[in-house]
Amino acid sequence: MKIKHHLSDELLMAYAAAELPEAFNLVIAAHLSLCDECRARSMAFDALGGAVIEDSTCEMAAGSLEACLSRIDGLEQTEVPVAQPAGAVLPAPVQDYVGGGLEAVKWRSLGMGVRQAILRTGDKGASARLLYIPAGAAMPDHGHRGLELTLVLQGAFRDEADRFGRGDIEIADDTVEHTPVAEAGEACICLVATQGALKFNALLPRLAQPFFRI
Amino acid sequence: LVADAEQTDWSALVFRVRDHQDKVAFAALFRHFAPRVKAFLMKSGATEALAEECAQDVMATLWQKARLFDAERASVATWVFTIARNRRIDALRKSRRPEPEDLPWGPEPEPDQAEVFEAQQETERLGAALSRLPLKQRVLIERAYFGDLSHSEIAAETGLPLGTIKSRIRLALERLRHQMDVKATER
Ligand SMILES: [Zn+2]
Ligand SMILES: [Zn+2]
Repeated sequence: MKIKHHLSDELLMAYAAAELPEAFNLVIAAHLSLCDECRARSMAFDALGGAVIEDSTCEMAAGSLEACLSRIDGLEQTEVPVAQPAGAVLPAPVQDYVGGGLEAVKWRSLGMGVRQAILRTGDKGASARLLYIPAGAAMPDHGHRGLELTLVLQGAFRDEADRFGRGDIEIADDTVEHTPVAEAGEACICLVATQGALKFNALLPRLAQPFFRI
Repeated sequence: LVADAEQTDWSALVFRVRDHQDKVAFAALFRHFAPRVKAFLMKSGATEALAEECAQDVMATLWQKARLFDAERASVATWVFTIARNRRIDALRKSRRPEPEDLPWGPEPEPDQAEVFEAQQETERLGAALSRLPLKQRVLIERAYFGDLSHSEIAAETGLPLGTIKSRIRLALERLRHQMDVKATER
C-alpha cells in the first residue's frame, strides 16, 4: 500500500546533519528503508551537505598527505556487502537493535493485550520502543512533552488526525493529544521515538508510567 | 577553486583508487577534499589538531571504502560529506546514527556515465544555488550542517526567535528547490 505520511524537511535535514538523538535517527532510518520518496529527499539533503563541504577550505598540517599515504599502505579495501532480502516486518536498522526479526523482540505486557519493548539507545535525548497493539485495541490517551515519531511497521491505527498504515509516520509534538486505535484485523506494531516522557491522561497509566518507563 | 572543481572528474579518480589502488589519484583527491573536511570539522567545533587527525581518517576511509562509492547516486563531495559526518559523530558526540537498509542493488562496477555526470552536476548546481541565497539564509543552512548546534542553541546565540530561524531555513530550502527545478527544466 502507498505511504501517505512522510518525514518533514526539518527532520530530514537534521538527520543529514546528524543533529538528532539516536532514537529519532532510528525511526528515520526505518522509514527511509520503506519509503523511496523520502530516501530520494534524504539523498538531496546529503547532496546539500556535499555542496556545503565544497564551500570552505583551510591549510593541512605539513606532511599530512605523506602521513595519510603511509596509513593507507597495505590497508584492505572493504567488500560490497550483500543486501538483505527486503520486506521483513522489521527493517534492517530496527533488526540491528532488536538483535533479529520480530520473533526476537522481548515484549513486556502493559495490560489489555498492549505490549512494548524498549530499544536501548546510547543518548538520553529521546527513547525508542516497539509497541504492539492488538487489533481493535487503543493506546492509552496521552499528550507529549516533546517530539514523538511513530512509524507503523505492521497493521494500521487511526487517531484524531488520520489513518496510519505500514510505512506511515506520525509526527506529534506537545500540542497534540491523541488516542491511537489499532484497526480491526491485524495487530498493529509501531516503532515509537519519544522526547521526554509521555503524559497519560487517565489516572492509572500515569501511576504506572515510571514503572514501565514510557 | 570553482574552475578546478568543474574540470576534475572526481569519480574517475575514486575508480582508479578502487581498481588499481592508485596513490597518485588518491593524492589528488586528498589535496582537494582533506582541507575541506578539516574546515568542516573545525566549524563543527573540533580543535585544529582533532580536525587534522579526523580529516586524515576520513580520507583513509575513502581509500578503504572505494568499492562502496555509488557514483550514480552521489557525487564524490556528497560521499565525502557522509563519511565526514559519521567521523564527526564519533569524535564529537556519542549518539549513533543508524543508516537505512541497503538498497537491493549496490554500486555498479561500470556505472552509467550520464548518471555519474548528473550526480556531480547536481552538487555543483546546489553549490551555485547556495551561494546565490541571501546571506542570512545561507549562513543558517551552513550552520545547520556545520554547527554542532540545535536550532534552539542557534536561537540563543543569535537572539532570533526559534520560529524565525525555522521559517528562514524553510524559505532557503524553497529557493534552493526552485533553482534546482529551473535548471532541470532548462536542460
Ligand atoms: Zn516517506
Ligand atoms: Zn503520541
